[in-house]
Amino acid sequence: MIRLTVNGTAHELEIPTYRTLLDCLRYDLGLTGSKEGCGVGVCGACTVLLDGKMISSCIALAVFADGRSVTTVEGLAEDERLHQVQQAFIDAGGFQCGICTPGQVVSAKALLDAIPNPSDAEIREWMLGNLCRCTGYYKIVESIQAAAQRSRA
Amino acid sequence: MNAFDYRAPRVLDEALAVLHEYGEDARVVAGGTALVTMMRQRLVRPSCLVSLRDVQGLGRIEAVNGSLRLGALVTHREAEISPLVREQFPVLAETLRRVGTVRIRHMATIGGALGHADPNQDPPVTLLALGARVEIRGARGPRGLPLGEFFRDYYETALESGELVIAVTVPSLPAGSGAAFLKFLPRTADDYATVAAAAIVTLEQDCERCREARIALGSVGVTPLRAEAAEALLSGERLSESLLQAAGEAAKGAVDPLSDHRGSAGYKRAMTAVMVGRALTQAWEAARRSA
Repeated sequence: MIRLTVNGTAHELEIPTYRTLLDCLRYDLGLTGSKEGCGVGVCGACTVLLDGKMISSCIALAVFADGRSVTTVEGLAEDERLHQVQQAFIDAGGFQCGICTPGQVVSAKALLDAIPNPSDAEIREWMLGNLCRCTGYYKIVESIQAAAQRSRA
Repeated sequence: MNAFDYRAPRVLDEALAVLHEYGEDARVVAGGTALVTMMRQRLVRPSCLVSLRDVQGLGRIEAVNGSLRLGALVTHREAEISPLVREQFPVLAETLRRVGTVRIRHMATIGGALGHADPNQDPPVTLLALGARVEIRGARGPRGLPLGEFFRDYYETALESGELVIAVTVPSLPAGSGAAFLKFLPRTADDYATVAAAAIVTLEQDCERCREARIALGSVGVTPLRAEAAEALLSGERLSESLLQAAGEAAKGAVDPLSDHRGSAGYKRAMTAVMVGRALTQAWEAARRSA
């Protein structure tokens, strides 16, 4: 039995010890925003925040989150209002096919929490673990710059 | 992944007791980046995971008698951004910054990286050059080992069954020292190195001649290793192109790389000489600036 808080809601779950946090979120809790890409912590599609710090949920066991707090892409928007990072990705065209987008958005939110006004170099260094095969990354960097600017305004 | 028992004790003695109870079938887990990945790939199938994640007192970064002590549970990221690490050992902070991605550095721990003993990892290379010591606890009590005696083979350490790494201690560098870590990455920024090199240079009071140099290398053997023959060439010498070339050639004799997708054995050996020369140059310049 584990107790964890996901996007502000407390859960008690009975799960096998080998359940990854990603599978727990997707199949036990129905939060399918986080994706499985590589399954070995490289591609970033499964990025979530554990106690506010971004991690790869595909190589974290669900039991690691016992007593802790998880934020997924589903937890970013407040009611019907998108998080400013999500809105910026839409406005600046920070995605095409969308498979990597939940991970990109969660990583970008974590970046702006840690570094509110990042340089392009800081954005690229932070985001290098979130692979995208469509955008060529330029518009992702622009999206994050736009989100940072809006939060300054 | 196979089914396994999971235990998450809060006290170290309890973790040691569980390890003793399960013997060789138990694995210790902290961040999980190495072990969970290997379990997912069915390379290891432990009957029990003993998690150190809730053990109190293993997550501290502290100055102890002039040395830096990193608890086993300190994450790479915590050490990388720690003001104490950045001030006392900027080369270690820079090394940690080059490991994988921020996401992985939030998970992977200092103790876990040592226990995993993959010779492609970066922090052991710099810690080896810095002369770090490992603190170990087991049922028979505490012991310490210089890092150079800790790594035994590919994924093999001097840890006995039932023993754990609880901390690593880095002694302060003498005055007039400079350090550098370089990672040759021909593919992607989050990859393991083709060759990684750390160098520490301590100058004589004249700020010209080398009193002592230490060179450590990663990704070019079954463990991280010291290039001792190259180090010996440097003592008492002044920096010159021919000295750097001789040290690089000598370092090639210490390595035994494998051919893989990061380069052939011959290429890695040749790049060892190049990286040693560059790391020594940077460390030497840093030593001059510090003097």
